[in-house]
Amino acid sequence: MSIEEIQEQIITEFSYFDDWLDRYNHLIEMGKSVPLINEKYKTKNYLIGGCQSRVWLHAAMKDGLIIFSAESDAVITKGIVNLLIRVFSGQTPDTIIDADISFIDKIGLKEHLSPTRSNGLMSMIKQMKLYALAFKTKSANQ
Amino acid sequence: MTFDINKIRSDFPILQRKIYDKPLIYLDNAATTQKPQIVIDRITDYYTYENANIHRGVHYLSQIDTTAFENAREHIARFINAPKKEEVIFTKGTTESINLVAASFGRKILNKGDEVLVTAMEHHSNLVPWQMLCYEKEARLKVIPFNDKGEIDLSTYQMMLGGKTKIVALPHISNALGTINPVKEMIRMAHEKDIPVLIDGAQALSHLIVDIDDLDCDFYCFSGHKAYGPMGVGVLYGKTDHLNFMDPYQSGGEMVEYVSLYETSFNEIPLKFEAGTPNVEAVLGMDAALHYLEETGLDAIAAHEKDLLAYGTKKLQKIKGVHIYGTASEKTAILSFLIDDIHPFDAGTIIDKFGIAIRTGHHCAQPVMNKFGIPGTIRASFAMYNTREEIDKLAEAILQVKKMFA
Repeated sequence: MSIEEIQEQIITEFSYFDDWLDRYNHLIEMGKSVPLINEKYKTKNYLIGGCQSRVWLHAAMKDGLIIFSAESDAVITKGIVNLLIRVFSGQTPDTIIDADISFIDKIGLKEHLSPTRSNGLMSMIKQMKLYALAFKTKSANQ
Repeated sequence: MTFDINKIRSDFPILQRKIYDKPLIYLDNAATTQKPQIVIDRITDYYTYENANIHRGVHYLSQIDTTAFENAREHIARFINAPKKEEVIFTKGTTESINLVAASFGRKILNKGDEVLVTAMEHHSNLVPWQMLCYEKEARLKVIPFNDKGEIDLSTYQMMLGGKTKIVALPHISNALGTINPVKEMIRMAHEKDIPVLIDGAQALSHLIVDIDDLDCDFYCFSGHKAYGPMGVGVLYGKTDHLNFMDPYQSGGEMVEYVSLYETSFNEIPLKFEAGTPNVEAVLGMDAALHYLEETGLDAIAAHEKDLLAYGTKKLQKIKGVHIYGTASEKTAILSFLIDDIHPFDAGTIIDKFGIAIRTGHHCAQPVMNKFGIPGTIRASFAMYNTREEIDKLAEAILQVKKMFA
C-alpha cells in the first residue's frame, strides 16, 4: 500500500469514533501493537530529542525498503509512533522523504501537531525522514 | 476584608473561556498566573493614551510616563518592604535577575576553589547560572540536600556553610514540590559567617507576604507574570552596598552618566543596571497587579489557597494509586503527583481534554525528579481564583486516566 492509501485507511478507522475518549482509547490500543525496538537499541543514540516522554526509534534497510521499530515509556506516544510506523515502514527512502503527512490533523489529534508539543510528534516525523535520507545517501554511495 | 471568590473570578476574563467545550480550569499557576482585567486595562491604556519613552524627554507624555514608571518602582519597593526604592531593579524576569547577580556579583567575588551553595530543589534558572560561573572560575558548586518530604535539613545546611562559601542561592518556594523553605533562618545562619544570600522568590510573591527588611537577604528575585502581572518583567532587589560594588551587567543608553567616544561613567543605581528602553508597559502592568493583590489581601489569598491545598491533598490521597511528591509541613498550594505508574505525559494528555490546564514533566527541576527516581510529575498549582469544585473536576479526570491506562 502507498503512504497515501495507508493514511486514508487510518483516517477511515478513526472516523468510526465520535468523541475524543474513544479516539484516545483506540490510540492506546495501537500503542500495544507497536513493532518493538530491539532492547539493544534502547540507548541514547536512538532516543529522539524534544520529547517529554522518551521515544527510541530504529530503522533498518531491507530489500530497498525501510523498516522502523520503536518504543516509548508513554502509552499515547507509543500509539502515535505506531501510526507513523504503519505509514512509513516498508516504504522506499524516496517516498518517505517526499511524503506529506496529513492524517494526524484529520483523525482529531491536531493538538499533537504543534511544533512545541512536548511529545515530539514533529521530531518523530523529522527523524524518520532523516533516516530515509541517510539510507538513500548510503545506497547512492555504494 | 471578605474574600469574594465570585468577584475575583469575574475579574479574570480568561476564566470565562471554554476549552474543548468545557469551562477552563486553570491549574498551571506555578508556570504563570492569569491576569485580572485591571492589568490588561493598564497595558491598553498605556498604549492608547500614554506611550512615550521615559527618563529622557522634556515633553508631557515622557514626563508622566517617567513619573508612573518611578512610582511603580516605589510601589514595588513598598510591596516587598525593601529599605530603598533604588534597590529595586527592573529586569526581564527572575532568570535575568539571577543571571545578573551571577555575572556582576558572583564573577567579582568568586575565586578558584571557592564554593557556591544551592539546594537540590532549585529551578534550573537558579542552578545553571551558578554551574556555569563555577565552571568558569574553577569554583565548587555544593548542593544542600532535602529529605523525602521535600524539606531541607538545617543542621546539614549549617555544616555546609564553610570558610570557602562565597554565596548561597536558595528558592523561597520550590516550584516542583511546593516547599516553603525557612529562608529567614537560612539567611541568618549564612550571615553569621558573612556569606551573602540570594533568594529566588519566583514562586513566593503571589502566595505570601515577602518582607525584604525582615528577611535581610542580600538579593531577592521575582517575575511579574507569576504574580498576576505581565510577562517579560521582573525585579532584582539588591542591597545598596552590593549594587554599588557590582559592575554593570549590560551597557548602552540609560545606564550611563557621561559618555565620550573613549570613556564612559556610569549612572547611579538603579539605572546602572537598566540599560536600554525598559519594558514600560509591563512595569506598569506589574504595578497594577500588585495593587490588585493588595486590594484582595495577601492574608486572605493565603488562607484561601491553604484551604485549596488541604482539600486537594485529601481529595487526591483518597484516590487509590495517587502518590503526592512534596509533603513538607510548610507548603504552598502546589500538588505534584503521579497516578500508579502511568506516565505523566499520558495522564496530562487526558486531563487536558477535560479543559484542565496542569503541567506535566520535570518542571525545569530535573534534579528533583532524579532524587525521586521518576521521569516527572503531574503538577496542579493553585491561585486565588481556583475553587474546591475545580479540584473535584480534577479528581474526576484522574479517575478517567486510571480507567484508560489501567
